[in-house]
Amino acid sequence: MDRFALAVANRLAGNRPDAPALELTAGGVQIRFGAPMLIGLAGADLQAYLDDAPLAPWCSAIAPAGSVLRLHGRRDNWGGRTYLAIAGELTAEWAVGGAGTCLAGGFGGYQGRALRAGDRITVEPRSFTAADGMRWWPVERRPAYCAQPHLRVLPVPQHTMLPEAWEQLLKTTFQVDQAASRQGYRLAGATLPTHQLSLPSFGVVPGAIQIPPDGQPILLLADAQTTGGYPVIAVVIGADLPLAAQLLPGDRLAFVATDLATAHAALAEQAAWLATGPEDDESGELLAQAGAIG
Amino acid sequence: MSGRIDLMGEAALLVRWPAELAAAGAPLAAMTDLQRDPLPGVIDLVPAIDSLLVCFDPLTIDRTQLTDRLHTLATHPPLTALPTGRELVISVHYGGIDGPDLDEVAAQVGLSPQEVIDLHTATEQQVLMIGFAPGFPYLGWLPLVLHLPRRATPRVAVPAGSVAIAAGMTGIYPTTLPGGWHVIGRTDVTLFDPAADPPALLQPGDRVRFVNAETQRR
Repeated sequence: MDRFALAVANRLAGNRPDAPALELTAGGVQIRFGAPMLIGLAGADLQAYLDDAPLAPWCSAIAPAGSVLRLHGRRDNWGGRTYLAIAGELTAEWAVGGAGTCLAGGFGGYQGRALRAGDRITVEPRSFTAADGMRWWPVERRPAYCAQPHLRVLPVPQHTMLPEAWEQLLKTTFQVDQAASRQGYRLAGATLPTHQLSLPSFGVVPGAIQIPPDGQPILLLADAQTTGGYPVIAVVIGADLPLAAQLLPGDRLAFVATDLATAHAALAEQAAWLATGPEDDESGELLAQAGAIG
Repeated sequence: MSGRIDLMGEAALLVRWPAELAAAGAPLAAMTDLQRDPLPGVIDLVPAIDSLLVCFDPLTIDRTQLTDRLHTLATHPPLTALPTGRELVISVHYGGIDGPDLDEVAAQVGLSPQEVIDLHTATEQQVLMIGFAPGFPYLGWLPLVLHLPRRATPRVAVPAGSVAIAAGMTGIYPTTLPGGWHVIGRTDVTLFDPAADPPALLQPGDRVRFVNAETQRR
């Protein structure tokens, strides 16, 4: 979901940015390492502990053999997902060009399903040094994660068919409904005008905001279907999808209109951040360990 | 008469054709053209009934080159270059527990169930798009007499392999899914296998002839 945090977790572990990693949602997970491993953790602060020591996100660390990583849940007023990358190559079922899990289709990743207690994941290890476990990712090179984000949207010309829906979209504070998954979030808080528009299905993208006939918008996300028939009035820009990915049911959000030039500039900025790599400055690492950053 | 190009976020453009051009195969013709002579930076093409979504990397694409090319395809889709597609035969068990809606469909259109089967097997249908769920094909077009809207109340679970009709098209359920189409039969073929390349059995442009499994056996 949060491709930026996934890329950073991998960079912290010395992997390529799109290497397979674990998406940990909302905490409540324990992972035991069977051998010494270099790990990268990036994304929301879900109160991670490596054995008894707090482990700040956006840092690398070395997990000794037999150590246990525990995530207890959201600490800040934002965030729902954090990414665990392990130096080397996670063994995963590749399908349709990726190692991700398709929960709806039941294939890919780990047996096509979410992980459960007792599952064992194997890793092709890669050697590392003590210094590799002391890297961190500076806050100024991260998206502006926050509670109640204002996601920037580009209008889709179909919004002219539903002009009031577009206007209300920009005036309303929404809440992520309980009906939220990796495919999309139903948004509550306001009902946009209902309609009877019936369109032939067309290709849709993650970030698209669909308006079903009942007027309760759907924000499509990483596991979006490839085609849909509901009118799409706006698309969240790629650079703001990491902010959307960190929302959990009950969280609030709003939308602001932007333009193509801003969307490009924001995406190019994130790509430049990811190209610079992590810092191995020891003082920064210590600050992060102390929880002063992140 | 020409298509229009709409922005779908900063990383995709949706080309949409008027009904006549769409029915003549504009989306598949444009897709074939972009596959034969690909533009650097284009990542994915999603054909649909009257449109083609072109997804690209906004940071590397030559936007002028892309919009020029799509403008040409929108105004003059190369219909002569339409893919002939592969020819496939799909065997269907019509009616009974495999096709619980066959009798109702027949009653609605004023034919006998056998006449519905005969019409469905007599018409070669082209894969217009894949959508809704991995490997779910939309095939068209059915003879006008078989054009029906969807069921008023969708089913919660339509079994895998179900062959169903609605809106002038045939759809086949790759896995057990909720659905509102009229189920007239079932096939044993596997439509989606994540380990296969490509994973979807049917590709846009393929032509399918349905045959009656019962008649075949005799």
